[in-house]
Amino acid sequence: MQKQSIFQSRLLPYALVAPQLAVVLIFFYWPAAQAVVQSFLVQDAFGLSTTFVWFDNYRELLSQPDYFAAIVRTFVFSFAIAFSSLSFALLLAVMADKPLRGSTIYRTLLIWPYAVAPPVVGVLWVFMLNPSLGVVARGLRNMGVDWNPLLNGDQAALLIVLAAAWKQISYNFLFFLAGLQSIPRSVIEAAAIDGARPMRRFWTVIFPLLSPVIFFLLIVNIVYAFFDTFGIIDTMTRGGPAKATETLVYKVYSDGLLGGNLGSSAAQSVILMVIVILLTAVQFRFVERKVTY
Amino acid sequence: MVEDEGIQRYLAHAILWTGIAIVAFPVYLAFVASTQDNAVIANGQMSLLPGGHFLETYYQTIFVGTSGSTREPVGTMMLNSLIMSLLIAVGKIAISIISAYAIVYFRFPFRMTIFWLIFITLMLPVEVRIYPTYKIVADLHLLDSYAGLSLPLIASATATLLFRQFFMTVPDELLEASRIDGAGPFRFFWDTLLPLSRTNMAALFVILFILGWNQYLWPLLITTRDDMQTIQIGIRKMITTTDALTEWPIVMATAVLAMLPPVFVVVVMQKLFVRGLVETEK
Repeated sequence: MQKQSIFQSRLLPYALVAPQLAVVLIFFYWPAAQAVVQSFLVQDAFGLSTTFVWFDNYRELLSQPDYFAAIVRTFVFSFAIAFSSLSFALLLAVMADKPLRGSTIYRTLLIWPYAVAPPVVGVLWVFMLNPSLGVVARGLRNMGVDWNPLLNGDQAALLIVLAAAWKQISYNFLFFLAGLQSIPRSVIEAAAIDGARPMRRFWTVIFPLLSPVIFFLLIVNIVYAFFDTFGIIDTMTRGGPAKATETLVYKVYSDGLLGGNLGSSAAQSVILMVIVILLTAVQFRFVERKVTY
Repeated sequence: MVEDEGIQRYLAHAILWTGIAIVAFPVYLAFVASTQDNAVIANGQMSLLPGGHFLETYYQTIFVGTSGSTREPVGTMMLNSLIMSLLIAVGKIAISIISAYAIVYFRFPFRMTIFWLIFITLMLPVEVRIYPTYKIVADLHLLDSYAGLSLPLIASATATLLFRQFFMTVPDELLEASRIDGAGPFRFFWDTLLPLSRTNMAALFVILFILGWNQYLWPLLITTRDDMQTIQIGIRKMITTTDALTEWPIVMATAVLAMLPPVFVVVVMQKLFVRGLVETEK
């Protein structure tokens, strides 16, 4: 945990940690604490007095059908995004792991979308699939699909999932490729000598050995779908039509814009914090046990 | 290796190229749209090959902005994005490396308390505490300022953990040797530790620069003045108006310009990027 050989000084170490500690306390602990405190209070209509109400804000929030629907929707989105992006990225990584000519070029051409910002992803996909002028939308209509995500909530949700999964392909690809390359060739060769064909080798040898990476990526993707999709949703659908694409983070944002109930908004933030802490805790437990880079 | 049949290899190439096409198509389309005439695009008659309006669209985008409003030219937005992402990257690296130095190379009361205080921030992204953070930044009169844009995003532990981990692997003999040479804590940090951390700092810089450049929700909340907008905010405001009024070539040119710096960084500094990505995630 610590070095044997160290410096002696009374004040210097405090001076060194001071800047970071100040930033963390002012911009992290203070707002987080305020959110927690606020979530137990109710303000009167004029903002003159506040009353301590225990868990009333939470109870009220969770009894709203709207909020409950947003929770379910967020989880459905997360799993849909994670599943589609992970499976496609795994396919590409398995292909790129083969001794092919030009494999470094493939890698370069596949990893750059990591750098595209979520709002830009939203703009790109909106443009492709805009019902009146999008190139892909035109193709869909020619095939007889009644494509209109501006009115059809399911189509809007599909659009968000596709765009969000698209952006995450490169990240997943990179980690899968690293995972695949760390599997010793001898294991795969042994399976081949035993007569296992490529498909069978993949499911019985490679996939299990890759499971720590898959689990790690699953958590990362869920966290991504929770938070980083905000920019995609905001540029593509603004949570609409009729809230069909409103996730938890988007709801915190849009409820906050409307102003109004501070306590309820704070309770929403606290619920999000709890979800992230749980996800991170799961990730850490697991990372310490299994993953070795 | 194992079997190496021709068909399989062709299949692999085909799948990879399909993947690349899927990944590249939306971006190609954006570029093509940015070189065409708005009326043609709005009619839904857009061609899939580049048009002839490249220079005028990009000139207008960077130096003038959209015509129908008082929006800023995209050049200003890019400058704001650049300043913000540099402040986040440099600020985070600077405050993290010195606090990691204190935590690893000194023994002092509350050392572990401070370490945990910093460590916990790893868990909560700015999105979950936006409104309370907004209130604090407003109370400090930092709305519409570069400090307000970057400081709340600097408050996180990834970099500190990374440097701490790295410092733990630096052999003790180095410290003893420089102590024999008469070096104090400043000299040791500056002459020995900092040069050793160069690659780590560069990898971290690449990741933080991209993260900073791509920030969206936070700048959206705290910038109200048009001339403080980052490019990510600007692009959303361009498509706010009804479909018919959106100047798509300019929107798409802005999208291309918004992608250029971070994509350039990823492609050119690929080694550092991959290293930074793997290290900040573990």
